[in-house]
Amino acid sequence: MESSATIVNLAYIAAAICFIFGIKMLGKAETARRGNRLSAIGMLLAVVVTLLDRSIVSYELIIVGIVIGGAIGAVAAKRVQMTGMPELVALFNGFGGLASLLVGSAEFVRQSGAETLIPATSAIIALAVIIGGITFTGSLYAWAKLAGKVSGTARIYPQQKRVNAGVAGAIVLLAILLPILDGGISAGVVLVLLIITALALGILAVMPIGGGDMPVVIALLNSLSGLAASAAGFVIQNNVLIVAGCLVGASGLILTVIMCKAMNRSLTNVLFSGFGAQVASGEVGLDSGGELKPISTEDAYYILESASNVVFIPGYGMAVAQAQHAVKELAGILSNNGAEVRFAIHPVAGRMPGHMNVLLAEADVDYEQLVEMDDVNPTMEMVDVAIVIGANDVVNPAATNDPSSPIHGMPIIEAHRAKTVFCLKRGKGAGFSGIENGLFTAANTRMIYGDAKGTMTNLVGQFKDSVG
Amino acid sequence: MELILLLFIFVLAGFLGFELISKVPSQLHTPLMSGSNAISGITIVGALLATGLGEGESQLAVWIGLLALILASINVVGGYLVTDRMLAMFKGGKKKQ
Repeated sequence: MESSATIVNLAYIAAAICFIFGIKMLGKAETARRGNRLSAIGMLLAVVVTLLDRSIVSYELIIVGIVIGGAIGAVAAKRVQMTGMPELVALFNGFGGLASLLVGSAEFVRQSGAETLIPATSAIIALAVIIGGITFTGSLYAWAKLAGKVSGTARIYPQQKRVNAGVAGAIVLLAILLPILDGGISAGVVLVLLIITALALGILAVMPIGGGDMPVVIALLNSLSGLAASAAGFVIQNNVLIVAGCLVGASGLILTVIMCKAMNRSLTNVLFSGFGAQVASGEVGLDSGGELKPISTEDAYYILESASNVVFIPGYGMAVAQAQHAVKELAGILSNNGAEVRFAIHPVAGRMPGHMNVLLAEADVDYEQLVEMDDVNPTMEMVDVAIVIGANDVVNPAATNDPSSPIHGMPIIEAHRAKTVFCLKRGKGAGFSGIENGLFTAANTRMIYGDAKGTMTNLVGQFKDSVG
Repeated sequence: MELILLLFIFVLAGFLGFELISKVPSQLHTPLMSGSNAISGITIVGALLATGLGEGESQLAVWIGLLALILASINVVGGYLVTDRMLAMFKGGKKKQ
């Protein structure tokens, strides 16, 4: 090995070490920010040292590419609202996947032009293209669902599983065909077909997955974007891509498993069952025995005013209404009023892992006020008021007491055991997953209809008026 | 042989990854995801190599590389910046205690 190549490879090892420690530090609250910076340094090192590679002779386009991409990324990162984080993460995921697909394709074009393509390389290129393609359109479709560009519910059509299996089968066939063809025009056609089918499968696979399951999907796509980078690493025989991509693949998979456990469902059930769509058509009216009891904010104020133990249970509705700052303000007032205030966060509340934590951190809620599901449930009987803000399935008592419910067995925050429950909801319709929620009709539950942010601001106003 | 060696590295990195992040507090799920997402932008290295090929090689490969480079740059720069922004908020919440 010549000396310049040795230096490059040594630097890649250093970059890989930065990624390893960076990702480790990201897992602990105290070190997370430094960890992220360390991994950014590793990335910078990898990029700089790559530019020294002998095979790079033209820098104009490189500068153009980095400036354009970097500027778009920087602006997006600066501008995004914290409520829009799931969408942004999905988009970035998709871009990473497409980049890996293109890296594989570029190498295919280069090698088949130079007639150095061997079957093994072709096979790996096929792999990079498949994973990258599925990641790209899967993420893009998830983004469209999250951003409300398409309906967020699960989409089911007849023979869906067969269609998906057919497309998957076509992908396998094309992937086998590519190395056999050994370069040339026909191989180029097969590669294009492979790209198209992989892109199609990404959309088809995310289609039957409902909005409530998005945390799992986002985590899984995150994992796939890493594996796509890893596959691209095999294509260009580069260790740092393989190691970094694989680390991301592992971390994404761990998050996926955590999310599945939080819903007490298997990954295959989440991906293939079309959860939500079947329920919406079949079991409406399951718990509609009781009546919805609305309450005005004035009455709600009097109850809150005398409460000494309050738990907020935020869900996706809080994100949609951008209510986190108003919630924080009300929480502050209740604290000053002598109440113990906590925030109970379900692992799959919202649309991505940790979604609620990000929003509450943005509103500057004290970290110590956040409690996890397992810690809050044993204390629920002492809670005077549980305020459910746009959460639904994660507080649905059917999960514990109705074996026929599709979400039976899912661990929930047991809001129904609190003395009084306020449910903030926009309208009377069923939730995102379409499952009826007995909590809303329970004897101790009062519904507060309207925009969550408006309701919160209103309550805050009443507290202020009474003082002044 | 080369391929086997790379596969070996891949497998070891996988096990390492699982060991590194077996227990993450839920507060950090989103930053971990967006931070690791930025790392997956490492594919930028492959994009750089393709874009910088120069005159002698396939120009189609160069242009595909450029597109990959733009996308990977968005992924890397945006991913790290937004993660940092998020983690800064977490810090702010803690200091008040």
